[in-house]
Amino acid sequence: MNISLFYLVAFLSIFFSLLVIFSKNPVHSILYLIITFFTFTIHYILLNAQFLAIVNFIVYMGAILVLFLFVLMLLNLNKDSEPLKSNLLKIIGVIGGMCLLVTLVGSTKALHLSNPVVLQTQNLGLVKNLGKVLFSEFLLPFEVSSILLLSAMVGAVLLAKREPNNV
Amino acid sequence: MELALIIEKFILITVVFALSLVVAMYSTLAERKIAAFLQDRVGPNRAGPGGMFQPLADGAKMFFKEEIIPEQASKFLFIAGPSLAILTACTGSAVIPWGDAIAVAGRIVDLQVTDINVGILYIFGVVSLGVYGVMIGGWASNNKFSLMGAIRAASQNISYEIPMGLSIIALLLVTNTLSLKEITAQQHGWHWNVLYQPLGFLLFMICSFAETNRTPFDLPECETELVGGYHTEYSSMKLGFYLFAEYINMFISSAVMATLYFGGYNYPGMDWVNNLLGPLWGPLIGVAVLFLKIFVFIFFFMWVRWTVPRFRYDQLMNLGWKVLIPLAIANIVITGIWITISDKL
Amino acid sequence: MMVVERKNRMKSLTNKKKVLEQKPMNFWERLYLPAIFQGMAITFMHMFKKKETIFYPEVKREFSENWRGMHSLKRDEQGRERCTACGLCALACPAEAITMIAAERKKEEEHLYREEKYASVYEINMLRCIFCGLCEEACPKEAIYLDGNIVESDYLRQDFIYGKNKLVEAPFKA
Repeated sequence: MNISLFYLVAFLSIFFSLLVIFSKNPVHSILYLIITFFTFTIHYILLNAQFLAIVNFIVYMGAILVLFLFVLMLLNLNKDSEPLKSNLLKIIGVIGGMCLLVTLVGSTKALHLSNPVVLQTQNLGLVKNLGKVLFSEFLLPFEVSSILLLSAMVGAVLLAKREPNNV
Repeated sequence: MELALIIEKFILITVVFALSLVVAMYSTLAERKIAAFLQDRVGPNRAGPGGMFQPLADGAKMFFKEEIIPEQASKFLFIAGPSLAILTACTGSAVIPWGDAIAVAGRIVDLQVTDINVGILYIFGVVSLGVYGVMIGGWASNNKFSLMGAIRAASQNISYEIPMGLSIIALLLVTNTLSLKEITAQQHGWHWNVLYQPLGFLLFMICSFAETNRTPFDLPECETELVGGYHTEYSSMKLGFYLFAEYINMFISSAVMATLYFGGYNYPGMDWVNNLLGPLWGPLIGVAVLFLKIFVFIFFFMWVRWTVPRFRYDQLMNLGWKVLIPLAIANIVITGIWITISDKL
Repeated sequence: MMVVERKNRMKSLTNKKKVLEQKPMNFWERLYLPAIFQGMAITFMHMFKKKETIFYPEVKREFSENWRGMHSLKRDEQGRERCTACGLCALACPAEAITMIAAERKKEEEHLYREEKYASVYEINMLRCIFCGLCEEACPKEAIYLDGNIVESDYLRQDFIYGKNKLVEAPFKA
């Protein structure tokens, strides 16, 4: 049952992520992106990673995509105000797409059926275990990434702040 | 999973769902009554004794009103907005422990729909999702005022989620668990978390006012500036759903506040009562106590609404980012120091 | 700048004016919470005060002495209509709400109308009327008074043109 559920959810996530790319209206594509992230949350739950699931839910669905939607709502995207695409851009696009296609075809050659991932410890994804691992084994990367986020935040504040002599 | 468990959960979900709808329904009456009392009036009193059937009349009116979908609106999203709002409002009740386990016909029944490992975060996630209903509805209306309302709702919810999350972190330092069931069990008797986290509770409460879009934070639907805010274009039951979702949100956030900070179903002297009444009626008294606390909070929500005027938008943002977030961080630091010292002693 | 100049020039004649000094708020005031709780205490006290509601259809509030409501055309002591269709009320009406058609009294109608001339048609458009009471003041015969009730609502504009059937007061009964 779990395997079939996995395939269903996996199909849905691929389906909706394709819709993100193909829908013409940017707000619609953001909404499809939200559904895609929701299917990711279901994937995490299937792996019994409750904490990751809920963090994905809060941070990506609840905050980051709200901001995406926020920005897109402020843009007035009528059909006639869409920027014209020059021929050069189209050619570059075609070349880029071909490169991606070649890479994908090449990578399928190296493809082989892998065994389904078996969790070594079933409760790895629960908060307690995750916390223990994060704060003992991976303490340094964890703290480094927190400093990275802090520096990004300081940079954002600095950019947003007006220069004193311009006021 | 055994059949009895499924039936038990099914009944519980139905009861909780029905209860939250009924409470939300009568909150609309209570809102009008309390507004009237605070202004020396009597409020609606014609439908039934003391206006008891006013919510039914209002509901029937909502159903029979003409349904208008603007021509330029994005039709699917216009309908999806209120549906999403009420869906997210209703799903929050799943992890709240409504009472201690009761013994019915030889079975121990947990009065909680599901005890997931990350209970608080689940509620947090559902709350953060609630803004989509408002945003989608506001955008799909294709109306300036609706869009402004939607944008305000989004920025307000994101700004106030941060201090809310930070105040929860301070609470988690005290409780050491994310499961709402365990948090409630820890507050046995009078060991309520509000005694250990008064500042955290204040911050959480202010943020939940903002998250439920209640006055003084009702800028998304501020009628003096934005006509009706995000629901300007809505009519009939779709409007009803938006209004209803607000009251369900209020009920759920009152329940969360009561559970996290005011001991949930715990009350002083509960052991004595439980011994006296046995394993069925004792916990049911606890459920009644929890509902009493919830009603007090709902009353508080309404009381504030009819007392405090609405914030200006820049005041709202200043309060969120420059006051609440530093206070919440300070609260975490103080709590951390306090726990370290009390562990050393 | 304008304000400052005016302040210097204009001196107050009485000493009633109080100059409000705005001090910077202290810590407790800047918290706003005490003020909020104070406000909430005030609203809570109002829960227990006497309700001011008047239950309208059952209980009606008394009109004041100088209340001006719907017009009524008066009769004299013998039950005869006082109006003589002089048209002064229509002339005085700033909203031009009053129209009338005069007619001559016949011999057998002496018990109906006091003067030789009377108003066979007397109409007031209640949608135009502003209830100023000038018709009352203009009337030399004390025939029109605005002593009635509130004009009732209706569905059609034409129904607001009140004729004599609605305006003339009921015959005096001894």
